[in-house]
Amino acid sequence: WESFLPSQVLVQPVQLICLYAPAYHLILEGILILWIIRLLFSKTYKLQERSDLTPKEKEELIEEWQPEPLVPPVPKDHPALNYNVVSGPPTHIITVNGKECINFASFNFLGLLDNEKVKSAAQASLKKYGVGTCGPRGFYGTFDVHLELEERLAKFMRTEEAIIYSYGFATIASAIPAYSKRGDIVFVDEAACFAIQKGLQASRSNIKLFKHNDMADLERLLKEQETEDQKNPRKARVTRRFIVVEGLYMNTGDVCPLPELIKLKYKYKVRIFLEESLSFGVLGEHGRGITEHFGINIDDIDLISANMENSLASIGGFCCGRSFIIDHQRLSGQGYCFSASLPPLLAAAAIEALNIMEDNPDIFQTLRAKCERIHELLQGISGLKVVGESFSPALHLQLEESCGSRENDVKLLKRVVDYCMNSGIALTQARYLEKEEKCLPPPSIRVVVTVEQTEQELDKAASLLKEAAQSVLN
Amino acid sequence: MLSEPLPCSCGLNHIVHNGGLYKRPFNEAFEETPMLVAVLTYVGYGVLTLFGYLRDFMRQWKIEKCQNATEREEQKDFVPLYQDFENFYNRNLYMRIRDSWNRPICSVPGAKVDMMERVSHDYNWTFTYTGRVIKDIINMGSYNYLGFAQKAGTCQEAAAKVLSQYGAGVCSTRQEMGNLDKHEELEKLVARFLGVESAMAYGMGFATNSMNIPALVGKGCLILSDELNHASLVLGARLSGATIRIFKHNNMQSLEKLLKDAIVHGQPRTRRPWKKILILVEGIYSMEGSIVRLPEVIALKKKYKSYLYLDEAHSIGALGPSGRGVVEYFGLSPEDVDVMMGTFTKSFGAAGGYIGGKKELIDYLRTYSHSAVYATSLSPPVVEQIITSMKCIMGEDGTNVGKARVQQLAENTRYFRRRLKEMGFIIYGNEDSPVVPLMLYMPAKIGAFGREMLKRNIGVVVVGFPATPIIESRARFCLSAAHTKEMLDTALKEINEVGDLLQLKYSRHRLVPLLDRPFDETTYEETED
Repeated sequence: WESFLPSQVLVQPVQLICLYAPAYHLILEGILILWIIRLLFSKTYKLQERSDLTPKEKEELIEEWQPEPLVPPVPKDHPALNYNVVSGPPTHIITVNGKECINFASFNFLGLLDNEKVKSAAQASLKKYGVGTCGPRGFYGTFDVHLELEERLAKFMRTEEAIIYSYGFATIASAIPAYSKRGDIVFVDEAACFAIQKGLQASRSNIKLFKHNDMADLERLLKEQETEDQKNPRKARVTRRFIVVEGLYMNTGDVCPLPELIKLKYKYKVRIFLEESLSFGVLGEHGRGITEHFGINIDDIDLISANMENSLASIGGFCCGRSFIIDHQRLSGQGYCFSASLPPLLAAAAIEALNIMEDNPDIFQTLRAKCERIHELLQGISGLKVVGESFSPALHLQLEESCGSRENDVKLLKRVVDYCMNSGIALTQARYLEKEEKCLPPPSIRVVVTVEQTEQELDKAASLLKEAAQSVLN
Repeated sequence: MLSEPLPCSCGLNHIVHNGGLYKRPFNEAFEETPMLVAVLTYVGYGVLTLFGYLRDFMRQWKIEKCQNATEREEQKDFVPLYQDFENFYNRNLYMRIRDSWNRPICSVPGAKVDMMERVSHDYNWTFTYTGRVIKDIINMGSYNYLGFAQKAGTCQEAAAKVLSQYGAGVCSTRQEMGNLDKHEELEKLVARFLGVESAMAYGMGFATNSMNIPALVGKGCLILSDELNHASLVLGARLSGATIRIFKHNNMQSLEKLLKDAIVHGQPRTRRPWKKILILVEGIYSMEGSIVRLPEVIALKKKYKSYLYLDEAHSIGALGPSGRGVVEYFGLSPEDVDVMMGTFTKSFGAAGGYIGGKKELIDYLRTYSHSAVYATSLSPPVVEQIITSMKCIMGEDGTNVGKARVQQLAENTRYFRRRLKEMGFIIYGNEDSPVVPLMLYMPAKIGAFGREMLKRNIGVVVVGFPATPIIESRARFCLSAAHTKEMLDTALKEINEVGDLLQLKYSRHRLVPLLDRPFDETTYEETED
């Protein structure tokens, strides 16, 4: 027992170490122990000098900080500040700023804005449902009119299902982020409209722009992506790819080469989203849009989105396609789930407009003939060139030679527009947000052809534009 | 400068008049989830998830028929459009109680509504309409606060006249050829209604937020947004490109801390000062039923020189002695709020949104708002409905109807909330908010509550994940000035029955029922623990 006393347990081994260990070993150990003791008791220092401000200094900083004003002042003569005031309905004969003109500026392609049947259908709906729906689709905002409109649109476009939105802009801007998320790749045309750009921005995907209607450029981008995929096949297996194009481009009046796109789709396994706001109710034998125009099977397009504010002369928008795709938007389309549904009277007006479109398929031929006529008449105006397909009802007139700055171009075009307005033709310049657009189109005058315009009116418009160009630009 | 909430033995938070900032008592309560209920809720979700995996397994091995729509044959080798797990919640939990949502109605969404009956023979994968219409369901789900959802009356007649004159659509944008004289009339009226210099109206409430916030702030600015802000505010903040920081729901200490840190430390990494700071709050939060602490927010905003964006989607028309919204409710001046935004969908029975503020702000928005340049303007009959209903609320149509409705809504709110609390349910939110969330917690009760109430001819809205935190699912009642006392009593009786049936009376702070006599200073509420 005595050999296990603490003092002996401690003392004996130490004595043994001191006797048997070499001297340098002991000295080294001794130095190390002293170093450790020094480190333990020395003051710590931080790697980064964090200046902890005193409360007084913080108060001073808060006092000194001056924010920018909430909005910068807008000069009084800014071209976008003074709106044209339309008194009365914006129909074929329109009263703008007190002057009666023929309307060449509203997208009322089929003239359904003041159609009596459409108005009476909307009146009947107003008497039954009132105006607003007081809720989103999920919470007692689904009316039988909405279900009927969705069915009718799906039947008309020959797809499985359709979904309606209460605002045209929100349609494509909610549809794209519902499918394309961070990490996915979207190939989009340079001339895509602003709503598509906002949808892409909300989706946080990788955006690859290809030159307008240039299939070779698109194929080059797709090939580049293919080589990227081969480097990282695991990532490639979960990255979704989309192509977003418009049927008839709002910004250029061109039509997209859909048959080549379909070929590229199957070759590189990319899905196609087609925006048909201008081509719905315009192209195709029965107005079904660009798929009918080119004779393509509608199931080849994954999603067709359009707004009902042009040909259907109502408000809102719709997407149509296979149930597999459209049903997803009912839970993840932001503009659908978190917003009140379309007022029933507007849905009823759209249904009646669809009825008229189905019963009178010859209006599309008439519209096309008028578009071709005005396209021909506007050729050869000195100083202005026509931009757009011959069958596009919304064309642009751009300056042949720019003055130097965009501001001056805009002023010049404004003088042309004012000249025409004073003589009875209502025109407008195409408006853009200059700082926000990805690829800002040049300033232009928008010319819109509707089915209601007579041949004399088309001739009058063309000659007036010639006169205006002569007097202003020369 | 901000006082701490007084600790109260009963567990409710009473903020007393705080240095004169609040001119009226502010009673908001969010009772804590009872521990047993929380545990059982998690267990419930756990069981559902396990069953979900089992069913997915059976579907994958073809033991069970898969009812999902599938990809085209020709596109089977494309990258799958949806990740399997993304839809797990949808397939296995949402699908079971899907019949509580998207219920189709076929009449005006007033106090009573007609619903189309639908049945499902395959557990909610598909619905068929029997053709029968369930009539006169008491509607506690539509946002019809002042009862302007009517199919007859002055508003409807005026809208009908404008419809026959102008048509339904506009076919152009505000800046091109879509600016009608009706729109200018509406904007002047809205400015007068709110008490601001100028206002601008847009076609969709959601789009008002998502398209105007990016026009106001950009890179180099800071957005301080409440935790529970609506999806439109979140989307607008994201699209703007500014830095977003979130403060705890209605918590002024959290907001003050963020403001201080932001100004003192500047932008992250570069330390440059922020260009401007924008605070995003809502008047009434629709999922919680809480009202923003506006006096304190305005005091903070003034102290730290930031800007306030107030989204009054639910509170315009519903709060305040003359329906002017949360600013009037607190007795404050509209000049203190930099950007007053609201919607016309809820209290005016129409559609669309507006922004009101100083003339420079509105001029800037007229020039640079995305909606003015690219989106179609409001439809004329909808504009007329807004004009007529707004004039009615303001009393300019020569009657007292507007004032009576605002008062009726306030009475309905107080009565309904008090009775529910007496019954023993957990009710969230402020005493004066017409949005009344009733807590359900457990996933099975979400579906059960909706169905039982429908059997008794009352239409309610139930909400679960992801609109609310996973264990805090709730039923949400929206009161209306169109609800008569009889309708409320019927509804309360049925809610009481269903509450007993489903054991929903979780509250541990039952209020002793107040004697039904007019309020006088000597009575006070007693609570039992």
